[in-house]
This record gives sequence, structure tokens and C-alpha cells, in this order.
Amino acid sequence: MMATARRKRSIGDWVFFNITRLFALLTLLMLGGIIASLVYGAWPSLKHFGFPFLWTPDWNPPMEKFGALIPIYGTLITSLIALAIAVPVSFGIALFLTELSPTWLRRPLGVAIELLAGIPSIVYGMWGLLVFVPLFSKAQPFIAATLGKLPLLGALFSGPPLGIGLLTAGIILAIMIIPFIASVMRDVFEVTPPMLKESAYGLGATTWEVVWNVVLPYTKVGVIGGIMLGLGRALGETMAVTFVIGNTNSINSASMFEPGNSITSVLANEFSEASQGIYTASLIELGLILFLITLAVLVFSKLLLLHLSRQEGRAT
Amino acid sequence: MLTRLKTLTLPLLAASLALTAANTQAAEITGAGASFPAPIYAKWAEGYQKATGNKINYQSIGSGAGIKQIIAKTVDFGASDMPLKAADLEKDGLMQFPTVIGGVVPVVNIGVKPGEMRLTSTVLADIYLGKIVKWNDKAIADLNPKVSLPDQAIAVVRRADGSGTTFIFTNYLSKVSAEWKQKVSEGTAVQWPIGLGGKGNEGVSAFVQRIPGAIGYVEYAYAKQNKMAYTLMQNAAGNFVAPDDTTFKAAAAGADWTKSNFGEILTNMDGKDSWPITGATFILMHKVQDKPNQGTEALKFFEWSYKNGGKMADELDYVSLPDSLIKLIHTSWSGIRDSSGKTIWSGK
Repeated sequence: MMATARRKRSIGDWVFFNITRLFALLTLLMLGGIIASLVYGAWPSLKHFGFPFLWTPDWNPPMEKFGALIPIYGTLITSLIALAIAVPVSFGIALFLTELSPTWLRRPLGVAIELLAGIPSIVYGMWGLLVFVPLFSKAQPFIAATLGKLPLLGALFSGPPLGIGLLTAGIILAIMIIPFIASVMRDVFEVTPPMLKESAYGLGATTWEVVWNVVLPYTKVGVIGGIMLGLGRALGETMAVTFVIGNTNSINSASMFEPGNSITSVLANEFSEASQGIYTASLIELGLILFLITLAVLVFSKLLLLHLSRQEGRAT
Repeated sequence: MLTRLKTLTLPLLAASLALTAANTQAAEITGAGASFPAPIYAKWAEGYQKATGNKINYQSIGSGAGIKQIIAKTVDFGASDMPLKAADLEKDGLMQFPTVIGGVVPVVNIGVKPGEMRLTSTVLADIYLGKIVKWNDKAIADLNPKVSLPDQAIAVVRRADGSGTTFIFTNYLSKVSAEWKQKVSEGTAVQWPIGLGGKGNEGVSAFVQRIPGAIGYVEYAYAKQNKMAYTLMQNAAGNFVAPDDTTFKAAAAGADWTKSNFGEILTNMDGKDSWPITGATFILMHKVQDKPNQGTEALKFFEWSYKNGGKMADELDYVSLPDSLIKLIHTSWSGIRDSSGKTIWSGK
């Protein structure tokens, strides 16, 4: 009697184990399938253009000359601008919510940030084009007259004040990823053991010193994870960027005011109307490149975390 | 074994019987492709369903995707703003015919009323090549002695997404400017020498209306509904014409549709009233139909639409085809056959 019951349980375990294993394998299978179909679809372009595809600035459908330099540049630059703005702001938000905010304000503010994360990206795009761009085009001459006068950095803030371009796309992306980074940071800041913080306060540390020397080192893995989550979203964001980046396949200067293009916006704009053959293959290769960039970001963050955990415990 | 076979085949048989039964009751036709004619196809489908009970599903997924779908035979008809070349039609066993005509119009933002400003093909090409950069350039001023032109930079706006509108526009510039043809050429997306890209007609019009000194190009229906300042264009005969249904029809009437399998691009047509940047939109079907019933039903829908859909087209600011052209299209349908070689169109 006992034995059959046990066998039944072990059959249940066996079934459960195999079902979960199947699901896990399914993800791997899907990943492999996506890579295989991307490579297969991009093959004519990979074969025809080879590695120079990566640094060719042409994107000329009628003449069938394609290169990924400008979309890659636009994707990386807009994501970097977004991170440069979003990381400090998110850090401030998380810090305020966990350490400084009055308790009654914490919950409504936290919910508001989570709500921001739920807004569809097309709404950000339309808001960007219809509301932010006209305002920003009025602010640009001022930026050009102040930041634009700085040595070296000045070249980044010059050019015609059209309101759309790489900088605008970066700012919209920053607004979109702040909720993600901020809510992850808040969550990890909250798990810092109160004893650690109280000990530091007891030693006479200021709030800033507690956060910088206790909370941040304790939560760095989660913080980096949150930043990478935001970066991943910025790299892959399509609709909002397409609306405000200007969709121009050329780089005329280093200025962030210049219109540009990103990998995702090229795909969104041109895929449905692309003729078969090398044009479609080149678009698929762009998708493959974005996939590799995301992979590189993941690998980089893993290596960074490994490096950090090795440093742990060493005297600083 | 036998019983197993029976259990397999019986439901199949029943299913196929049910399918044929359904066919005689109400047919369901699917099509996919160009987004430019999607509103009129939707309107026609609605009217057709009311009149006959048959349902037309049209997915507006873009011309390029529509061509891919019809080649893969996942739809009963494809739709494209760009006619296929005879060789491509031959290769994939397709035939094409036009449904409605539309025009592309240049729009400007320099404080003029619609139709107040005049442009020629050369000036338009030079603006889009970046050779004319100011509104008070002599070439523009000579054409517009009555308009006070500002000393202002021209902000060139064009479509960012691949589109049939861009194809018609760049096809026109390629026909009228050798330099354009050599440097930029034509297509649903091209490598623009200058300018900002807006997504869709609404994106282009948003930029044109916002940026002082801007010029862009949009579909006629869009310019008309939004009361944008379109320009007059000089046509091949040398006359300055305004975009409207009579000038679009004039361009369509000047084409010789028979010699090119209907693959006519109506830009820069002869005729004193022709609007020079006109184009038709096309339906693609397989010449040999695997499912002849579906093919016949699709043709019935288009026959009904040509006959009854003209007014709906006018309401949406499309231009219906001239009667002589519709006759030609009906004749061409007798070339669509089933796999045994029998024509699927009785021909009326």
C-alpha cells in the first residue's frame, strides 16, 4: 500500500520534472531557432557585403548598396544619452523613496513610477513628436548658446534647432527607462538590512555616506541589473524612437541635434515595403546585429559582476 | 488499419463537404498589401458584403509584404502601389490590374494659400537634390512673380518609411531629372541627399506644418482633407495644373495600358491637363488559380467595385478609373485560369 503511494508520488515527480525541463528546453530551442532563422534570412547580405557591412555608411535601396554604420551609431548614441540621463535621475528617485521621503508619500510615488512603466511606447512617441519636440526646438538655441560654447563638448550641441534628432530620441528613451531602473533600484535599496544602515548612522555617517558607502556596495549587483534592464529596453525600443529621431541615413557632424536613424526604426520603417532579395536580407542582418549588441551588453554586465564579486572583501 | 483509415478520412471528407457547402453560401476572400488604398478597399468590402453577403478581408500590411504574401499564395489577391515589371510577373505567374488612381502633391509652409505657388519639375528636383537651398532663389522667384518669397532656408521633408507615395514621387523626379536618376533613382525608399524623414503622411505633414520654410510631399487626399498649401506643377505639356480628380483622370487617359500588362506609372504623362505626379494602385493575382472558386469570387468583388464603387472612391478623394480602362481590365481577366486551363471568369 505504502509502496504504491510512493511510486505514484514518484511518477508525479517524474512527470513534473520532465514538463518543467521541457519548458526550459523550449526557451533554448526558441533562442536557437531565432538565431538560425536570422542568419538564414541574412545570408545573401552576409555573403554579399561581408564585414564591411558594419562600417559602410550607405543605405541605398534602389542601387542595392547597404551598410549598417548609421543605424548602429544611432542605436548606441541614443541609448548612451538615455543612460546618461536616466541613471542619475533613477538613483535620485530610489534614494528619495527609500531614505528621505515621508512614509505616507512612498506608496503613491512608487505606484506612480510603476504606472509610468506601463505606458505603451507609441504614446511616448506621439507625445514626443506633438508636445516635446515643439518645446525642445525652442530650447535648442539656448542649449547651443550655452553648452554649445564649451570646448570639445560644444560640437555635440550645435546645428539647426529642428527639435527632432538623436538628442531628442535619447531624452524620450531616458523618460521611458527611468521607471524601470528606478523601481529596480528602489526594490534592491529596500532589501539592505536595516542593521547595517543603523550601524552606519550610529557611527555618525550622513545619509549620503550611508547610501554611498553601505547601501550601494551592498546592492551593486541589483543596481547594475536594473541599469542593464533599462539599457536593453533602450536598445530595442522602436516606435517612440522612430517618431522623433528624424529617420535620416547620414551623419553630417558630431552634433546630437542632427537627425539620425536607429536599427529598430530602419526595420520598422522599411521592412513592410522592402523588395525581396538583398534588401530584405540586409534588413534581417540589421536585426541580427541588434541581437549581437544586446548579447554583448549581457556578456559585459556578467563580466562586470564577476569582476566586482572578485573585488569583494578587499580593502579599498 | 482499415478502421483507422476510415476514422481519419471521414472527418476530412465531412470537412471538405462543409467547405464546398460554405462556398456556395458565402465566400470569404482574403487580400493583403498596400496601405494607400486600404480605406477604399475597406469601404468597398463593406458595401459588397451588404449587397451579396460575401466577406472580403483586406490586411493593410504594405506593398512589399503584400507581394510576398501573394507569391506565397497565403492570400487570394495581393495589392501593391508599385506595378510589377513584366519579367517579375512572368517569373511568379502573376497578373496585375489597377483599381484606383491617386496623386502625390508637393506641400509648402511659407505662408501661401493652396495653389498659390508654382513649381516646375526642374525646380522640384533641384530642391530635393539640395541645389536650391533658399526660397528666394532666382529659379523659384521667376516662376512666382506675385508671391513674396522670404530669404529663408528650405527645409526638405520626405517620407521615412518605405511607401508607394515615395515610389511615385521619386519615379517622377527620375523621369524629369537625369541627375536625380543617376544619383538617387526611384523606389519605395531611397537614399535621400538631404532632408528630414517623417513617418507616414501624418508624419510628413506634422513636420511641414511645424517647420517654417518646409516643403514636403503627401497624398492628394491627405493634403485636401487637411487643407495644406499644395503647389501647382508644370506638366509635360508645359501647363501649370492643380491637383484634382480631372487632372488625375487626364493623366490616366494618356496612358497606353495594353502594352505593359497594366504596369503603367502615370508620372509626367502627356496631355495638357495631366497632373504630373499621378499613380495607380494595383491588384496582383495568380494567373493559374489553385482554388478557382476563390479566384472567381475575388474577381466578382472587383467587378462589383468598379461598377458601384466610384462614388465611394470620390468621397474618399480617390479617383476611379475611366470606363475604357475598366473594359480592358475585364478582358484581361479571361486570362486567369484554373489548373486544368479553364478560364475562371465567365466574362460579362
